[in-house]
Amino acid sequence: MRSASSPAASPVPFPIGAIRLCRGQAVAVVGDDIDTDRIIPARFLKCVSFEGLAVGAFADDRAELGGDHPFDHPEHQSASILVVNRNFGCGSSREHAPQALMRWGIRAVIGESYSEIFFGNCLAMGIPCLTAGHDDVLALQQAITTDRAAELVLDLEALQVRLLGSPPAERSWPCSLAQGPHRMLVSGQWDGTSLLVAHDEALRLTATRLPYLKAFEDGSIS
Amino acid sequence: MSSGTLYDKVWDLHRVAELPGGATQLFIGLHLIHEVTSPQAFSALRDLGLGVRHPERTVATVDHIVPTTSQARPFADPLAEEMLATLERNCAEHGITLHGLGSGRQGIVHVIAPELGLTQPGMTVACGDSHTSTHGAFGAIAFGIGTSQVRDVLASQSLAMNKLKVRRIRVDGVLQSGVAAKDLILHIIRMLGVKGGVGYAYEFAGEAIEALSMEERMTLCNMAIEGGARCGYVNPDATTFAYLQGRPQAPVGDAWARAVEWWRSLASGPEAVFDDEVSFDASLIAPTVTWGITPAQGIGVNETVPTAAQLEPDERPIAEEAYRYMDLVPGAPIAGTPVDVCFIGSCTNGRLSDLRAAAAVAQGRQVAAGIKAFVVPGSEQVAAAAEAEGLDAVFRAAGFEWREPGCSMCLAMNPDRLEGRQISASSSNRNFKGRQGSANGRTLLMSPAMVAAAAVAGHVVDVRELLAAPAAAGASRPAVVGTPG
Ligand code: SF4
Repeated sequence: MRSASSPAASPVPFPIGAIRLCRGQAVAVVGDDIDTDRIIPARFLKCVSFEGLAVGAFADDRAELGGDHPFDHPEHQSASILVVNRNFGCGSSREHAPQALMRWGIRAVIGESYSEIFFGNCLAMGIPCLTAGHDDVLALQQAITTDRAAELVLDLEALQVRLLGSPPAERSWPCSLAQGPHRMLVSGQWDGTSLLVAHDEALRLTATRLPYLKAFEDGSIS
Repeated sequence: MSSGTLYDKVWDLHRVAELPGGATQLFIGLHLIHEVTSPQAFSALRDLGLGVRHPERTVATVDHIVPTTSQARPFADPLAEEMLATLERNCAEHGITLHGLGSGRQGIVHVIAPELGLTQPGMTVACGDSHTSTHGAFGAIAFGIGTSQVRDVLASQSLAMNKLKVRRIRVDGVLQSGVAAKDLILHIIRMLGVKGGVGYAYEFAGEAIEALSMEERMTLCNMAIEGGARCGYVNPDATTFAYLQGRPQAPVGDAWARAVEWWRSLASGPEAVFDDEVSFDASLIAPTVTWGITPAQGIGVNETVPTAAQLEPDERPIAEEAYRYMDLVPGAPIAGTPVDVCFIGSCTNGRLSDLRAAAAVAQGRQVAAGIKAFVVPGSEQVAAAAEAEGLDAVFRAAGFEWREPGCSMCLAMNPDRLEGRQISASSSNRNFKGRQGSANGRTLLMSPAMVAAAAVAGHVVDVRELLAAPAAAGASRPAVVGTPG
């Protein structure tokens, strides 16, 4: 198992700047409705920093499978692309879930669908969650499970997933990403805090037209 | 596309700007924080060299990690102590009000904001917790956010959001006696699925919804997220205003009259257009119990655990997983399933009316042998009110433990947890694998009255049978009212 206690366990740097292409080995975690309690059980939330969360990624599922979870397979220890099915990341809003995945080494996810909060949390960290059709995801999972060393390329500009198997096996599938998040990722504007803070005047104007803000005469709601 | 709904009106009022990525920058009227999802947000703020833009619009409490037996500081668990100390430090540094332990106002974040009158119609409410949908009961647009977004709200009092579609869920008819708001929402989620609400805000409407008390509406909206809808709401009406009037943060005098007028104007009018509409008949809903590992895997208490053949093909894989995990037999009745632990509490069902409903069942009865049963009030105010009317004594006499307020075994970040394969009857909101603190512990979700009934019977039972039969001879009739207040 990847020695997850050290932040250095993450084999690739955390996302930064424009994200147009993700390339790396892939790991499939199969199943619909995998919730964030499974991605990281609540006991790992007892922390004031996200560092060291990698050890919690799928911890209970891994223990239950006694080493046979994809995250424990030796061939997947440098995987950076996660392939999932429907409604991945449902349940609790905990950002600890994508943080644990990122700190384990995941830099991109491709799957059939995601919970909105999970998708948004990933976006805010620069981790694209791409969507592909049911049959295509199954084919992809099958392919990377058969050839665990195969590399995937997620091309955000062409919106295409390519499997770099040994020739002549190169295969590709279309994938999709909503326009807004797509633009944010490829332009490098996925960390939106500075954008929000910049609208100082518009924020002030909005506040002046909200009657409930004015109704609190001294502005205090404590 | 929806128009003229409360959601559309509140959205338009709070729009700050359109962002390059296509999202809308939305002003957040009320930001609630707690110890679990805020520390990393404050650290990130520090890293960016930013301050808190509207510290007076953020309110904090501590709920997830607090022990419910002794709340003396420092906590026995040093990690829990560090989390609370960090929250205290961050709030002090940025001038944010913290309703801490012993303040008389501490409790689960989704319980205290309504009871303090912080949550009001027409607000946008955000909190780093998915059950923020609870506050939609007031006609607020309220949703859970991740830690990066907590940072954004602290820094800018706004968020980048995409507008949701609006589905109206009409519930007409009258709920049968013994059937609670919890049963209603478990039934809706059962019918629409855990993904049914993805991309939607749920507007709950119809005569059965209008008849609900505010606390029942909170139970309903609380679990909108379990149906995939990031927010759910009920249009504000006389029930809403009556609940709010006189609360510490509610407007007073002339401001109150103006507020009520504004709140009324926000409700979806007859001209409102919805993206989708579904309807239910309240009178057909039975007390509902989950048998599986998602909140949609629920059945009426007198039904049998569905067999794979009874399910849609796409529901079968998760059902198979649930059969293995829960160890319940497909085709067998859910009533009679033995339980080990009974938990009454959480932001779904930890309010005064919930405790009254459970106490009405517990009164004059005894927790069955070998069962651990405990009651965790949702807040210090709930605890005080319940103690003032003697509910703690009713529970204790029946063999329940009466605890200090907090999230407790809803997610087991404190010492309250299942052990091994234990199975719980729980009034909380999630029956996910491992949710209640044991990696293979099992959870049956149900209403608080149903949990109390399971505690005295020792197994899942239709609470209506107990309510129909008198409690043990010699016991005085309940001093508590069964109807929610
Ligand atoms: S009671 Fe449960 S669901 Fe509610 S805020 Fe606490 S942990 Fe979350």
